[in-house]
Amino acid sequence: MKTPVYGLMAEFESPTALAAAAREVREKGYRRVEAYSPFPIEEVNEALGLHHNRLPMLVLMGGILGGLTGYLMQYYLAVVDFPINVGGRPLHSWPSFIIITFELTILFAALTTVLGLLGLCGLPMPYHPVFNVPRFALASRDRFFLCIESRDPLFDRHDTAEFLTSLDPREVCEVAH
Amino acid sequence: MSEPRRDILQVERGRAPVIAPGHTFATVTDKISSIVLTRKTPLYWLTPFLISCALLMVFLIAVSYLLVKGVGIWGIRVPVMWGWAITNFVWWIGIGHAGTLISAILLLLNQSWRNSINRFAEAMTLFAVASAGMFPLLHLGRPWLFYWLFPYPNTMGVQPQFRSPLVWDVFAVSTYGTVSLLFWFVGLIPDLATLRDRTRNRWAKATYGILAMGWRGAASHWQKYETASLLLAGLATPLVISVHTVVSFDFTVAIVPGWHSTIFPPYFVAGAIYSGFAMVLVLAIPLRAMYGLGDLITMRHLDNMAKVMLATGQIVAYSYLFEAFIGWYSANPYETYAIWNRLTGPYRWTYYGLIFCNLVFPQLLWWKKIRTNVIWLFVISLDILVGMWLERYVIIVVSLSRDFLPSSWALYWPTIWDVATYVGTIGLFFVLFFLFIRSLPMISIFEVRTLLPQAEVTEDAEK
Repeated sequence: MKTPVYGLMAEFESPTALAAAAREVREKGYRRVEAYSPFPIEEVNEALGLHHNRLPMLVLMGGILGGLTGYLMQYYLAVVDFPINVGGRPLHSWPSFIIITFELTILFAALTTVLGLLGLCGLPMPYHPVFNVPRFALASRDRFFLCIESRDPLFDRHDTAEFLTSLDPREVCEVAH
Repeated sequence: MSEPRRDILQVERGRAPVIAPGHTFATVTDKISSIVLTRKTPLYWLTPFLISCALLMVFLIAVSYLLVKGVGIWGIRVPVMWGWAITNFVWWIGIGHAGTLISAILLLLNQSWRNSINRFAEAMTLFAVASAGMFPLLHLGRPWLFYWLFPYPNTMGVQPQFRSPLVWDVFAVSTYGTVSLLFWFVGLIPDLATLRDRTRNRWAKATYGILAMGWRGAASHWQKYETASLLLAGLATPLVISVHTVVSFDFTVAIVPGWHSTIFPPYFVAGAIYSGFAMVLVLAIPLRAMYGLGDLITMRHLDNMAKVMLATGQIVAYSYLFEAFIGWYSANPYETYAIWNRLTGPYRWTYYGLIFCNLVFPQLLWWKKIRTNVIWLFVISLDILVGMWLERYVIIVVSLSRDFLPSSWALYWPTIWDVATYVGTIGLFFVLFFLFIRSLPMISIFEVRTLLPQAEVTEDAEK
């Protein structure tokens, strides 16, 4: 059963108003709430209870994988696959392997950061309902939006709209699917 | 977060603010994006762009002739086989370092004044790395076989030699280029979304829309985005230090007198930042005048960058003095001669030139009057760029031309093709740079928004 709307969106004019509204919406018990702003606002993240983030762990894994790849690749190629005696130096001359190990650690970790960021954010996303709100184009300029999604168990087209209006927004409108 | 913001916006006596007062979220957005989203291409953009295109043509001709004839068209002869090619490579790579320093290290140090210069400084890094990469690639002799540098399963049954600094260089520079590109692109995503929402042109909307990948500024995305920025900054910081360190290993690991020195890594990194900030100033000073960006790139930025140049310049000066001291103190006749040859040999004018350009002239930056005068800053920055090029020339050509055995000494002179390739990469750099300022926001819009006083959430306004 699909609700006819994606959610209800309220528009605010300042980050302070957005943070205050986000706090009240959370206190009221809504959980499927998203804020949209032209720049990151720490207070909004706090108000919406956004704390956990799996990205650092993923990047750590990526880095370790890169380091292992770098070192083992060099070990295999220099010792097993293509051993060359350079002035009697040991084949496994680990100090000279450090640099490429380091570089691949950074490379893998950086790639994991970017791909992880896109993956966790679900980007690229060719279509999203919030863009159906014409004024939403201002979310990347100077306006701040708060959207209560219809998936929220407390969502009610009428009551929620009334509640959002009580938060003193510039405008409240429905977001079509 | 809010502490440094209040701090830098405070107008101190005699000190320019980071952003001129009176701006709002809307005005900074419109001001920066209107440079890109206009049908009119200004003459002050078109003229230097066409000049750069002409230089790029010179580059293409030089490269085509090189591919036909081989590297013999350059002045490289035994014993100076590195010549201008590697000089230019080290020079360009060094220039790139300032962009990463501004975007990564200053982000970690919470220096928010960087927010209005990091975007084009990062772009500068990318294009400088692209220009730098041309030289070792062309210097290979058979550039079309460049992939032999990477380990891959091949029918020849050979693999790269991982004990060689030249292979380290391949990995260091390619990682640096990739990570710089990623960092730059991630920083662009929110601004691409702004351009997508602001443009009225259908094609531009589609292009920016595809590149922005559906970014909508959701709080849950911003939270991950900020973590990703910090992580990338944390990764890029050791990387940028390592890149010029690895470049310096190309020299220090060899036993050539004048190269075999442990001071090289820090000395190269300081020199890289020195020349990089000089290039940022050379780009920023005309840009802010042309596009009237003096209220976003204020005197405070120029002053701060001049101070970074002054500081790294002192490290470079110390390295020169110490290099000469070790030449004497080592009591190694070859090392002593390498220094003596720089001072009195046939290339002594390059050594004196570098001492003047890097050591003497930039001391003017101690005066605040000079640091806040754009003409002086521009001249000093150009002078530092020349000086840093001479430094690499002295290290490479002067050291190689006279090593252990006098019977193998020879002088080196560049040919017209060396000059054409070098000048050509300057054209390549500026063509890319001008295309960038015409098609992408040269100042990070969303980061400038966070600098405004309105960006602060005030607790007392809570209902």
